Amino acid sequence: MNLQISSLFNALPGACAQGLIWGIMAIGVYITYKILDLADLTVDGTMCTGGAVCVVMLMSGHSIWFSMFCAFLAGMLAGLATGLLHTAMGIPAILAGILTQLSLYSVNLRILGGKANQAVSQDKYGLLVSLRWIRDVPFYRNTIFVVAVAVLLLVGLLYWFFGTELGCSIRATGSNANMSRAQGINTDFTKILGLMLSNGIVALASAFLSQYSGFVDINMGRGAIVVGLAAVIIGEVVFGRIHGNFAFRLLSVALGAIIYYIVMQTVMWLGLLGTNDNKLLSAIIVAVFLAIPYLREKYRGRAGKKGGVRHA
Amino acid sequence: MLEIREISKTFNAGTVNEKKALDHLSLRLEEGDFVTVIGGNGAGKSTMLNAVAGVWTVDEGSIFIDSVDVTKLAEYRRAKYLGRVFQDPMTGTAASMQIEENLALASRRGAMRTLKRGISRKEREIYRKKLQILDLGLEDRLTTKVGLLSGGQRQALTLLMATLKKPKLLLLDEHTAALDPKTAAKVLDATDRIVSQDRLTTLMITHNMKDAIVHGNRLVMMYEGHIIYDVSGEEKKRLQVSDLLHKFEEVSGGTFANDRMILN
Repeated sequence: MNLQISSLFNALPGACAQGLIWGIMAIGVYITYKILDLADLTVDGTMCTGGAVCVVMLMSGHSIWFSMFCAFLAGMLAGLATGLLHTAMGIPAILAGILTQLSLYSVNLRILGGKANQAVSQDKYGLLVSLRWIRDVPFYRNTIFVVAVAVLLLVGLLYWFFGTELGCSIRATGSNANMSRAQGINTDFTKILGLMLSNGIVALASAFLSQYSGFVDINMGRGAIVVGLAAVIIGEVVFGRIHGNFAFRLLSVALGAIIYYIVMQTVMWLGLLGTNDNKLLSAIIVAVFLAIPYLREKYRGRAGKKGGVRHA
Repeated sequence: MLEIREISKTFNAGTVNEKKALDHLSLRLEEGDFVTVIGGNGAGKSTMLNAVAGVWTVDEGSIFIDSVDVTKLAEYRRAKYLGRVFQDPMTGTAASMQIEENLALASRRGAMRTLKRGISRKEREIYRKKLQILDLGLEDRLTTKVGLLSGGQRQALTLLMATLKKPKLLLLDEHTAALDPKTAAKVLDATDRIVSQDRLTTLMITHNMKDAIVHGNRLVMMYEGHIIYDVSGEEKKRLQVSDLLHKFEEVSGGTFANDRMILN
């Protein structure tokens, strides 16, 4: 085996950029999984919808800003569909998400005009980010910088929103739905609103990702929920003990996504697994980070019972 | 203030678990009434409160609050008329949110929730003063997560939340049953103070007959989904626990002695 540390370092900026883009996606997942306490599987579909809408809009001559705004709206529509299936039709949230995700496959194909993928040229359409703009460009054109600014803006906006009366009612719904209704909160409405916001953000991440890779692919969202959860959970395990406010929690989710990509990149660099194995690898990483809090608690319990040394 | 007309509710209709929880129940509360509700397990006390709160809709009959027909109104829409405290201290508050955030949610009961700040500085001062009245030291812990509070503290907070915005009707569902006797007394004491201060119309379920006699101006006893005994004024003041036991044995054939109510 020929391990060259320089090749790992060369890959790190790319991992950072990708991690940040998936960090946006993970912030979307955080809204449903952590704030609303719903497991929303719609995002596997939305993670393609956003890119598809963005690319198709660009190719029909719209500006990058308008295209991305439409991608956001398309994601919100997907969230609305899941929300209505869940609240108005009484379908369990996880199943409602799966139904929307499945139907989005066909919808995405229609958006892409029946093609399974579509390339978009960096030079022709004035994209915001690209994997070619990681180095040797002015810093304000650097993809890492652009996405980092987007993440900070998003975190700021969400911090403001979840501090408003409306945002508080969404948080209350996730914390205790019975209490929320007793306090006059329409929990069906807040759930739908949360799902829409979440999927809108995921679609925005999808729009970034398709620009970054220079194409949109019908399968680009497959397993997205696992990556999103990985980022949320890694962020929690690594930064959870630091006392921070809501904005810090959101940032730690984005950082969790970067850590995830660096771990992935490192394992790839070790050469033990090929690119075909990366879905398996994602699942293993998530399983490990999901298990850490549980095992830590269990181990501490044992140590306590035996009267042994307590680990802080 | 509250009028319940002939309401009925059957759970799991058509199955082996069918249970007629409310059976043509009627009850009328005047403004300022403080009514205590007693009855054995399965008598329909909590079911009656849930029917008024709109947790589900009743099978027949109608419910009016302050002359407004709320029979078909969704739970969250009825909330503007009601303050509620539940038996389980976990039910009434959002554990992952701060004390002041919980209070702010409650103070907006029945109002549109907009993009204004979820909590203002002026509110904070009001909450601090209100919490002082509870005398639990919560006024210095406004930003503490409610999940870290004890059951008694959470019930007291829920009580404050239920009455922060003056409700037309206060519903207390055995709100001290899960607390130790000392804390229960403290929460009941706070209840009395708040109810008399704001002259709140109140419906309080309790399994403690002594409490049912001491508190409020009227007492009703439920059995098999309707009211079998209704006493108020001077007659209620003279009431003894033994009278209630006797009354219950009269209608039920003496199963009351096995019930947990006698333990209190």
